[in-house]
Amino acid sequence: MRYRLSAEDQKFRDECREFLQNNIPQELRDRVASHKELGREDFVTTQRILNANGLAVPGWPAEWGGRNWTSLQHHIWREELAANDVLSPLDFNTSMFGPVLAAFGSQEQKERYLPATANLDIWWSQGFSEPEAGSDLASLKTTAVLDGDHWVVNGSKIWTTLGQYGDWMFALIRTDPNAPKPQAGISFMIMDMTTPGITVRPIELIDGSHEVNEVFFDNVRVPVENVIGEVNKGWTYAKFLLSNERDGIGAVGYSKRTLARAKAEASNLGLLQDPEISRRFVELENELLGVELTALRVAGGAREGEPDPVSSVLKLRGSRLSQEVTELIVDLSGPGGIASGAGDDSSLPEWVRSAVPHYLNERKVTIYGGSDEIQRTIISRTILGM
Amino acid sequence: MDFTLNEEQEALRETVEQLVSKQYRTTEDRRRVTTQTPGFNEELWQQLAELGAFGLPFAEEIGGAGAGPIEVGIVAEQLGRALAPEPFVETVVLAGGLIAELGTAEQKEGLLGGIIAGEFQVAFAMHARGSRWQAAASGVAAQQIGGGWSLNGLKEPVRGGGQAQTLLVSATTPWGSGVFLVAAGAAGMEARDYRTHDGGRAAGVTFANTSAVLLGEPGVDAAPTIARVFDRARLAYAFEMLGILEVGLEDTVDYLKTRKQFGVPLSSFQALQHRAAELYVALEVTRSTILWAGMVLEAELAGDASADGASAITHACLQANRAARLIGQDTLQMHGGIGMTAEYSIGQRLSRLTAIKRAIGDSNVFRERLLLRLEDYASVDPLA
Repeated sequence: MRYRLSAEDQKFRDECREFLQNNIPQELRDRVASHKELGREDFVTTQRILNANGLAVPGWPAEWGGRNWTSLQHHIWREELAANDVLSPLDFNTSMFGPVLAAFGSQEQKERYLPATANLDIWWSQGFSEPEAGSDLASLKTTAVLDGDHWVVNGSKIWTTLGQYGDWMFALIRTDPNAPKPQAGISFMIMDMTTPGITVRPIELIDGSHEVNEVFFDNVRVPVENVIGEVNKGWTYAKFLLSNERDGIGAVGYSKRTLARAKAEASNLGLLQDPEISRRFVELENELLGVELTALRVAGGAREGEPDPVSSVLKLRGSRLSQEVTELIVDLSGPGGIASGAGDDSSLPEWVRSAVPHYLNERKVTIYGGSDEIQRTIISRTILGM
Repeated sequence: MDFTLNEEQEALRETVEQLVSKQYRTTEDRRRVTTQTPGFNEELWQQLAELGAFGLPFAEEIGGAGAGPIEVGIVAEQLGRALAPEPFVETVVLAGGLIAELGTAEQKEGLLGGIIAGEFQVAFAMHARGSRWQAAASGVAAQQIGGGWSLNGLKEPVRGGGQAQTLLVSATTPWGSGVFLVAAGAAGMEARDYRTHDGGRAAGVTFANTSAVLLGEPGVDAAPTIARVFDRARLAYAFEMLGILEVGLEDTVDYLKTRKQFGVPLSSFQALQHRAAELYVALEVTRSTILWAGMVLEAELAGDASADGASAITHACLQANRAARLIGQDTLQMHGGIGMTAEYSIGQRLSRLTAIKRAIGDSNVFRERLLLRLEDYASVDPLA
């Protein structure tokens, strides 16, 4: 057992920090820090800087730009991105599609898509959920019928995050409606969003943001070579993808950073003299520490291609804590919290104005990536054997 | 950063587990032991001594194994798993720790040898009325009379105070707190022994002009040392809690899988599945924090000046207290009526957890400690 970073890992951490501070524009980091709505260009700028330095896809296989880092080094890297207010590389590209393609795609597909995915030349959107298939993802109904060398896709997807920027989509599509189990008739398919028959419609969220979309498919023709892996094996690849997604969500770096800022503001306002408020800071810091230590403890426990059930523990606890942090900030904002529509000429500071929209937006994290209820089912079934 | 036990630690865990589980196979085994004097299994106590478990935290030059808080924690966790009433933490970590830190060379040799060999019981009389969990002495005053010392006052409750051959008593002195040695049966000392709800023993001990020997040298306030040693005992107790909680959850999941109502196993109900999942999350987060605190304290004891054992232990105890409440209460609830019976161990686990919380301090104690330093740092960084 050892709780210290080795000299090597300490050096690694210093290098990460130095790189991010010297190479990512301060103005962009400031906007990330203040939870401003960020545009496509912000993601592209950040990811291309990282990619140019071989840092956009450290978790991929080495031949496609991965770094062979240890799990601990990945953890340190994610923490440093958060601590320095750097936008993480686009999850859809780097944590979701890229690893699936690298693991299950053909050589030709990898050569064609992986470099462009790493550099965010292609912005990937995720087409999983449907209006009638949320937590029960396997009941999805968007269907593809084979017609010569094309699949003809009909149906719709929903909650497509940042789909307004999407160049391509990876999607779960039902290719065998007669399979013995619903999971067995699904394929993992990619499609160019400019293909005729695809319509993207924005969904406005409770904080007024446009983050998610509905996507409709009307006789969309997808070439057969756009299936990843084997036809009807898509569910396996999706499970692989979802467990990677959950790991990322469980990371507490951004919550820690946000809580530290809130503590500084609360201190300036003298609010830490309030025993109830200071107590909430202590509790949240303690809980975040517990989740971070658990992440560090299980780092390296994930088995190839299988979801590590402990990632559900991290997702469950980590997402709830990130919500509690935003809730605390709303309470700190006082009556000023309603001034969400005020501009920068307001007398109220930015963090006060953004507190409530951020709190409202954060309600999503216990719903997406497998809701809390789904995570509890995973834990009780796979770990406790109930 | 590495949370895995090394080979020797694994071997220690397995050996202690075998010894303990052999003596405590059933709830009835434990009941029989706790209702008889001295309230623990003397055969197991000797076996643990022979294994070297009682020498773990002490330096090799005084007959110890020179091991650290992780090894101590491994023993405590196994005792917790079996809900064993052996006073390991009280005798070895708390009383033994005080002797090792404060005692003169002669005192260490005389007293620690007996503890390490499992030959005699030492109890620390710390708590007095209204003292909560403060390290500074209260309730008993020490007066220098001639070349010796005389104690007057009352300590209660004193874990194992009626069984110990020697009592360590914290008392006020002209220079602050001191710790004194009192032989059982000393003139003017009276111990009123009773059973505690968790199957243990405690006593109210009065001292009336009772002669005592100062542990260590005069003129130095012992309160900071008491606080430090008490913290180590708290961490060992946290490991014991972890063991209690592990088996509590295992037993509950097993029970839910076998108990049928409405014609189906209880484990088929989602309300119970999800509740059990939450308990698992709490257990794993608590385990991480306790193991980490063990590593931090180990580094501090090894001379790493930047390792803050006290803070890490505070975080671990806060987490352990919370998990103890959640898991202790919910596992009993999920057992239903049978959980209320003394025959089932699940209720005994809640009882023991509650007793440990009385020993280490409630969550408020630990939150207060963290509050004092809240503005000294931006965020808690375990990799700093």
